[in-house]
Amino acid sequence: MSANLRDLYQQVIMDHNKKPRNFREMDNANHLAHGNNPLCGDALVVFVKLDDDVIEDLSFQGSGCAISVASASLMTEALKGKTLEQAEHIYQQMHKQLTGEEFEQTALGKLAVLGGVKEFPARVKCATLSWHTMHAAMDSDHDISVTTE
Amino acid sequence: MLDIQTIRKDFPILDQQVNGYPLVYLDNAATSQKPVQVIDAVANYYRQDNANVHRGVHLLSQRATDAYEGARSKVRGFLNANSDKEIVFVRGATEAINLIAQSFVRPNIKAGDEIVISHMEHHANIVPWQMLCEQTGAILKIIPMTTVGELDLSTIDELLNERTKILAVGHVSNALGTINPIKELIRKAHAKGIPVLIDGAQAVPHMVVDVQQLDCDFYVLSGHKMFAPTGIGALYGKQELLAAMPPWQGGGDMILSVSFEHTQYNELPYKFEAGTPNIAGAIGMGVAIDYMQNLGIANLAQHEHDLLVAATEKVTALEGVRIIGTAKQKASVLSFMIEGVHPHDVGTIFDQQGVAIRTGHHCAQPVMQFFGIAATARASFAFYNTMEEVDALIDSIKKVQELFA
Repeated sequence: MSANLRDLYQQVIMDHNKKPRNFREMDNANHLAHGNNPLCGDALVVFVKLDDDVIEDLSFQGSGCAISVASASLMTEALKGKTLEQAEHIYQQMHKQLTGEEFEQTALGKLAVLGGVKEFPARVKCATLSWHTMHAAMDSDHDISVTTE
Repeated sequence: MLDIQTIRKDFPILDQQVNGYPLVYLDNAATSQKPVQVIDAVANYYRQDNANVHRGVHLLSQRATDAYEGARSKVRGFLNANSDKEIVFVRGATEAINLIAQSFVRPNIKAGDEIVISHMEHHANIVPWQMLCEQTGAILKIIPMTTVGELDLSTIDELLNERTKILAVGHVSNALGTINPIKELIRKAHAKGIPVLIDGAQAVPHMVVDVQQLDCDFYVLSGHKMFAPTGIGALYGKQELLAAMPPWQGGGDMILSVSFEHTQYNELPYKFEAGTPNIAGAIGMGVAIDYMQNLGIANLAQHEHDLLVAATEKVTALEGVRIIGTAKQKASVLSFMIEGVHPHDVGTIFDQQGVAIRTGHHCAQPVMQFFGIAATARASFAFYNTMEEVDALIDSIKKVQELFA
């Protein structure tokens, strides 16, 4: 198997794909957004419970490829308990990592496992879908839809 | 008996490495590769003959016109149409369907009338009709599908009725490979006076088509799926129907005379070819037809059938792989799901082994919804594919299963 493929489908990613964390509907969410990638049919919902500017709870539901499910799962773990400002910073660094720009390694921690995706330009959208959807949810106080392709 | 290795030498693109492996191109239903004869014809046209058609008195214009009209005759022969006047050059099957929707159906349809398509159509044979329904208040009716991916004709006698203004159906499904019983459908529709459009984009690369024998009213195709360049296709229409239709787009070449008071439209088929056409593309399509006919379309079909049968048997023998679309009559296409793995991941892993397949909804989302899935992985064969490439497909499936075990 190629080194690129091993980088893309790391153990952590396979694990989060098989057993996605925070994969549930949230009854008391005060922000939520729908994300769709019409090209590959990936569709997910991101639920957020904000307490002032702290992300008290974050979850998602939906279906997609291993990269999109693992990215969403890792995102919920990384951002839970963070302030909006901290979350925004991680979001920006994550975006830079996936598009091959310079980024702050320390800000990403475990999310670094998604770095292999940048070698697969056709798959970057899979990894960013949940992040864009989360971002849209934070920015809006009503149900909103995000589309990437 | 075809000599596939010799044939492959005509397709320079096939001779390359992808991610360290020999390219195995199994995405022919998306677009086909082009033989060097087609590539040279396009290049030579620009090197030697390029000029505008139907207007110059100079030699190059004459040569360009002869080559362009020669290509039209080849398409006529390819479809066994009665006259060159029945062959309209278009950008592809999509444009042809839009043309028929707007120029043939729209003037004769009103609110409450019906348009019948099937559950198996790709978006090009759905959306133009939906747009027409929005414009006119007509209603879109759908021929249902069975779980093996065949048309369910149990309600066809009610679906085709006095309100039906057209039946538009695919000859071969791009997502499932099903060959539809179009002759029977055409007969049933005609018995009630309903005109029929056949979307042949996925059929013409794989089988002999005879529009007179089918008796369809319209037949549409895309060049790029039959070894010709992109941006060229053809609409066949029965002459009396085309003659009665208003033009589709206005411009040069589709007129006989223009004044500010009155414009007289050109005769068939030029009435439907406004503006300078894709001359090189049409010439390339003509050469692609020559190429297929020289090899013998029946021979090509037999070889592809052997590939599809072998691939189907081998995939069926694998644990944890499900074939989507198991109709009795199929051409070229093997859509499948690997248990527990999203098709998008399948596509990436295949690509890393040099195997190019399509993953996604194949621009046929209603088909995906029917099977309760978002996407499939799809291998689709052309005559230049080999049994070794079928094995590469099987090896790649095993690789995916190993990785996701």
